[in-house]
Amino acid sequence: MSKDDNRRMLLEKAMKEHNYQESALLEILHKAQGIYGYLEKDLLMDISQSLNLPPSNVFGVATFYSFFNLEKPGEHIVTGCLGTACYVKGVEQIMQAVEREFNVKRGETTADGKLSLFVTRCIGACAMSPAIVVDDEVIGKATKEVVIERIKQLLGGAKVETS
Amino acid sequence: MKLADLQTIAEHELDFQRAYKYRINVCCSSGCVHFGAFKVLKAFEEAVKEFGVERECKIARTGCVGTCAVGPALVIEPGDHLYQNVTPEKVREIVRDHIVLGLPVKEMLYNNEAFFKKQKRLVLRNAGKIDPYRIRDYIALGGYSALVKCLATMTPQGVIYEVISSGLRGRGGAGFPTGQKWSLVARAHGSPKYIIANLDEGDPGVFANRALAEADPHAILEGMLIAAYAIGAEKGYIYIRAEYPLAIQTLQVAITQAKSMSLLGDSVLETPFKFDVELRLGAGAFVAGEETAILASVEGRRAMPRPRPPYPANSGLWGKPTLIQNVETLANIPLIVLNGGLWFSKIGTAKCTGTKCFSLTGKVNNPGLIEVPMGITLREVVFDIGGGVQEGRKFKAVLVGGPSGGCLPETLLEQPIDYESLKKVGAIMGSGGIVVLDEHSCMVDTAKFFTEFCVDESCGKCTPCRAGLARVKEIFEALTQGNGKLEDITTLEKSSVYIRDASLCGLGQTAPNPVITTLRYFKDEYVQHITEKTCRAGKCFKKEDEGKP
Repeated sequence: MSKDDNRRMLLEKAMKEHNYQESALLEILHKAQGIYGYLEKDLLMDISQSLNLPPSNVFGVATFYSFFNLEKPGEHIVTGCLGTACYVKGVEQIMQAVEREFNVKRGETTADGKLSLFVTRCIGACAMSPAIVVDDEVIGKATKEVVIERIKQLLGGAKVETS
Repeated sequence: MKLADLQTIAEHELDFQRAYKYRINVCCSSGCVHFGAFKVLKAFEEAVKEFGVERECKIARTGCVGTCAVGPALVIEPGDHLYQNVTPEKVREIVRDHIVLGLPVKEMLYNNEAFFKKQKRLVLRNAGKIDPYRIRDYIALGGYSALVKCLATMTPQGVIYEVISSGLRGRGGAGFPTGQKWSLVARAHGSPKYIIANLDEGDPGVFANRALAEADPHAILEGMLIAAYAIGAEKGYIYIRAEYPLAIQTLQVAITQAKSMSLLGDSVLETPFKFDVELRLGAGAFVAGEETAILASVEGRRAMPRPRPPYPANSGLWGKPTLIQNVETLANIPLIVLNGGLWFSKIGTAKCTGTKCFSLTGKVNNPGLIEVPMGITLREVVFDIGGGVQEGRKFKAVLVGGPSGGCLPETLLEQPIDYESLKKVGAIMGSGGIVVLDEHSCMVDTAKFFTEFCVDESCGKCTPCRAGLARVKEIFEALTQGNGKLEDITTLEKSSVYIRDASLCGLGQTAPNPVITTLRYFKDEYVQHITEKTCRAGKCFKKEDEGKP
């Protein structure tokens, strides 16, 4: 069985477990994103057919909730916490420095697909603010120097190609 | 398991725990985990083996002990020795000195008694004491005995009566009397009835509900069970943010364990009472915490609020009577049942009984998770518990109630924390965020930050919130870039009132609060931004890279 077939089976299993009910749409989208990494158009069409829902309904839900990614994320993901505590402690300056350094805007991915920059509203590490998540590692009491250095390490020392 | 078995289990567990001389409670709440708590836990397991004291020590992974700023933190019992900033490298020394030689390592101990002195831990009674992944830990400390008391000796009406007499009010922010809500749902026609436990803690800078779920998930489940018994519900949902993976995992394990001990299911503790709980994951929508929006989201739709009435008590999930309750409210319930409503009503103030959990953050010396009796003043929270402003800087304002709360100046620090007092000065209880700002924070910039948040999170259904907030944001952009005009202040004041009065749901109605309060208490800063084009905090009018944290 190919990788794709296997993933499709996992999705089918999730939908079947919920009896293809409309009320489980969020759960199924969570599952689908977990399996595929993001929700591309064909995948959403597939789900809408399986649940017998209009595509507008499925796309409506997928785009309403910010947790769902409709674009393929980069190889490495940097997420800035824009919670109040982090904001008060200056996370904005760090984010701007990262944006300039790697030529990527928040919510977007670099042209070479290596790095995505996202923001989130509070990861709950408020007491260690400002916090930046680099892949799965949380950098607490972060400074722009430390964050940029860490990202450069991840990208193999080389600066990301600018688009 | 039957009703009577619970006591036996509790006694067995206590005997089991007493066999150990020491208990090491390692805080594994999200905050401490981010900073290496699991590595500390592993280091302990290795160190006790190395010193051959593994039979004397019970190592437990627990929830939040509250001192999040000095994590990873851990507590060694007996004696409640709280260690701070523990790293795997320091573990060997702690085991050698404290466990083997019986000498606590003084220089690593948290010696800030002031942080705990004015707190009162009811909701967080078990936080940092029990292993949330072991239901027996909870049972040993009296867990589920309130449920047994209800099922064995109380009628549903009797339970509701106790909750009414406790004076408990909803901790989600609005403060509706809990007992009254329960009797509305109990009397409502329609079947089945549902319960939703609201853990959609979307406010940036707030983590009290998450900490509760990670520390004591069974307190939430027991509260739900008792509520279900009182109102006649058969099915409950816990609606939790997807951004809280550890809390989700903790609750999932708790539900599975409760089912395996027949505390959930078709016949709870072999009585005719049936109740089941399922998790529902949110997906990053602040508005989903609103009670009609949460209904839509649990039903798998976009989380958009609808007008009330009909209220969820009469027409909630799939049109059936539904009780929606914040998890902190639910965690109070077992205590009320065990100790009586009268006991609870004596804590806090006459109109606002009990305690409230807050996440205390911002530029304060001791940030962390706190629980205080209602009626405590803001000054006590910021200066006594919080230890004052960092680096000896000057206090400027305190934000109470999250992004739709209010910014209060020093002159209002004597305000007691209760629903009415906070509302009177323009703030709200909200879900429990207190953020301290110092002289380096610009109030115009702060109001802009919250407005941007609310613009992002507005669902777009009603015009005042969707278009009004967007316009307010534009004005703030002009103000902070040096293009403000004096008449902008009037426009802001007017639009804020329109948005507040004309919006459909709580998000729009409270979104202007930061704007209204900063205009009320810090108007001189707005004027200065406009006439002098200066920002005394040094936040605005700067090119991107000049701003310093």
